[in-house]
Amino acid sequence: MPELGKYAAAVLTSYAVSLLLLAGLAAFSLWRARRVRAALRKVEDRARRHG
Amino acid sequence: MASIWEYANPRKFLETSDRVLPGLALLAAILLVVGLVWGFFFTPDDYRQGSTVKIIYLHVPSALIAINGWLMMLVASLIWLIRRHHVSALAARAAAPVGATMTVIALLTGAIWGQPMWGTWWAWDPRLTSFLILFLFYLGYIALWAAIEDDDTAADLTSILCLVGSVFALLSRYAVNFWNQGLHQGASLSMDKADNVANVFYVPLLVCMAGFVMLFLALVLLRTQTEIRARRMRALLARERMS
Repeated sequence: MPELGKYAAAVLTSYAVSLLLLAGLAAFSLWRARRVRAALRKVEDRARRHG
Repeated sequence: MASIWEYANPRKFLETSDRVLPGLALLAAILLVVGLVWGFFFTPDDYRQGSTVKIIYLHVPSALIAINGWLMMLVASLIWLIRRHHVSALAARAAAPVGATMTVIALLTGAIWGQPMWGTWWAWDPRLTSFLILFLFYLGYIALWAAIEDDDTAADLTSILCLVGSVFALLSRYAVNFWNQGLHQGASLSMDKADNVANVFYVPLLVCMAGFVMLFLALVLLRTQTEIRARRMRALLARERMS
């Protein structure tokens, strides 16, 4: 861990907040992508069955 | 050589983006890890700003994406308005939450950096203010898409909003040049002022910027795929209800 001195709180907070937001955005995008893909598959299957 | 308009076909777009996405995501992860670890652990403190200079590796790349993300949405919106390609409208829609998140990161890291350096979290400085307005435009754009049921009408209206908001995206970038006042310094990197940032900070910053660009592209591709599938699902469900 580098010596951050009196600005440690500012630097660490910046990294924590930013990485949390980026990880949250990536996780939400992946989760929604999977959910929509699965839902579309169901609807397409149903459409195929009913002609 | 294949024309770029081939990718206006949703099926072709899905096939190609499926092939590109894993590599792009991996490249983004590598660049971000290398850039941020390098910047955080292996660069010295600045003689004036101390260790707060390490915030530059998050603040500058996120601000870059916040502005250029909107400009990418502008290009996609213009393509929709002129050529009526659904994929371009959906790509603009997909990019908005990514750009909004980057704007929040730039605003928050800027405030956290500003407090010890300027003695205040916030000032109504031209660049800060135009950035805040850009964030409000992002929120308005996302809300407008969500509020209108018909996809084509939503694409039309959000495209117009995007055109108007572009003024603030450009102002965010050039405000410090237009008004020579305020707390915010000039651009950290520019073509004609390459020595604005010392080399020891410059190279890891470039790596971080490349990582943020790759992350933006990967997320926009993934989210555009999702929007295309969601649109197809809405169309199939509507057909189901009609029959």
